[in-house]
Amino acid sequence: MPTLLKAATSQVGRKILTGVTGVLLVLFIFFHLGGNLAIFGEADAMNRYSLLLHDLGPLLWVARIGLLAVFLIHAWIGISIWINKRKARPQNYQVYSSKGGPSKQSLSSRSMAFTGVVLLIFVVFHLNTFAFGDMETILIDGRETHDVKSLVIDTFQNPLYAFGYAFVMLLLGTHLGHGIWSAFISLGLTSKKASAAMYTIGGVVAVILAFGFIFIPLYIYFGGGCEATLIECR
Amino acid sequence: MSTMTINLKVWRQKNTADSGGFQDYKLNGVSEHMSFLEMLDVLNEQLIKEGKDPVEFDHDCREGICGSCNMVINGRAHGPKRLTAACQLHMREYSDGDTIVIEPPRAKAFPIIRDLVVDRSAFDRIIEAGGYVSVKTGAAPEANLIPVEQDVSNTAFDYATCIGCGACVAACPNSSASLFTGAKVAHLNSLPQGEPERKRRTVAMVEQMEKEGFGDCSNYAECEAVCPVGISISSIAKMRKDYVKAVFS
Repeated sequence: MPTLLKAATSQVGRKILTGVTGVLLVLFIFFHLGGNLAIFGEADAMNRYSLLLHDLGPLLWVARIGLLAVFLIHAWIGISIWINKRKARPQNYQVYSSKGGPSKQSLSSRSMAFTGVVLLIFVVFHLNTFAFGDMETILIDGRETHDVKSLVIDTFQNPLYAFGYAFVMLLLGTHLGHGIWSAFISLGLTSKKASAAMYTIGGVVAVILAFGFIFIPLYIYFGGGCEATLIECR
Repeated sequence: MSTMTINLKVWRQKNTADSGGFQDYKLNGVSEHMSFLEMLDVLNEQLIKEGKDPVEFDHDCREGICGSCNMVINGRAHGPKRLTAACQLHMREYSDGDTIVIEPPRAKAFPIIRDLVVDRSAFDRIIEAGGYVSVKTGAAPEANLIPVEQDVSNTAFDYATCIGCGACVAACPNSSASLFTGAKVAHLNSLPQGEPERKRRTVAMVEQMEKEGFGDCSNYAECEAVCPVGISISSIAKMRKDYVKAVFS
């Protein structure tokens, strides 16, 4: 039998890892969107949520490092699949088209590498803006905390950022359109009925997540969520 | 009987080292009742009469069961019809004046021998790695000695129908051999007769598939769409499940 490392790096192992990390990333994205919804809550809901996360202390760091590892594994395998694909077919077809029927070739599945790489680059900028960005300090219940909300509202006043963000979230939805179903097939879903149901569920989940992430920046850009900040909104 | 004129754009390549290229041919008097391969026979007859080299293509049974024919017709492995091998495709699918582009299956693991003929021995080596079952030699055992549930035998038979044509590899955007390997693994792993070697087989065949230089599976399911016998990608999912079970036991 192969060693665990050899098994994990085999073609089947890589696919299973892509599926596992993919499912974890989708769960994270749900969690993230849940947090973002605080923008619709009380004026200081978002900063309270941030304080709540920081109160986790070392646990938050475990989650951050774990998430980074999951993200990098997912991205690395995805890129290696794309590199392998070019090696496995050095000469392309002059004419190529899908036969339809059970084929899951679509804009979503064929653009996985592209949308994935865009998301990878996006995450770097995203962290730079919101995790490492300059924030004012405010008091909540007498405790000092970062004013995340003002940073968020301020950032999305910039049309380039708001619409750019919304566009990348459209690509996230595109990635998940194939990705969610694909993860379940990678993890051994064999039933045809379950597979068909999963394809629909995956698509619906992708649309919901994309809609949520697209709606929020545009809501802020058009003047939403401005209360209790020092930002001049539209 | 009406006949058609068909314009062909065929990949010609002298040998593996040759870079190859497309050659245009015009074929008159093509009957709609001809099979696709018969149409190529007519082309070759014409080429031979002109003193030119005929187009090499693989074929044997011409009834969709041997898996010899495997060419990419207008960008689709085995042509436009689902659940149909190239030999079972008929010219009635085409109209007068159509242009048909014919290419060999393209994958690094399937080197082109000549024209449309590729070397598919990579598949044989995957089979050799684990596509067998242990049997007692000697007198033939009674066929129904080992009871197999009807559902299980049906599923195993569905996977067993793979004819090893390689259309799955040809059509896969990544040139993955996962459907072929998955079908072989799932066929034998589903049956009690295949149980003794289940773990070893799964690991060995997966390793061999990768060694041959096939690409990764991205669950495009295009393989299932072009498969002339309709092998389901559930075979790939089963192969993955059995692989994990083999590694963690």
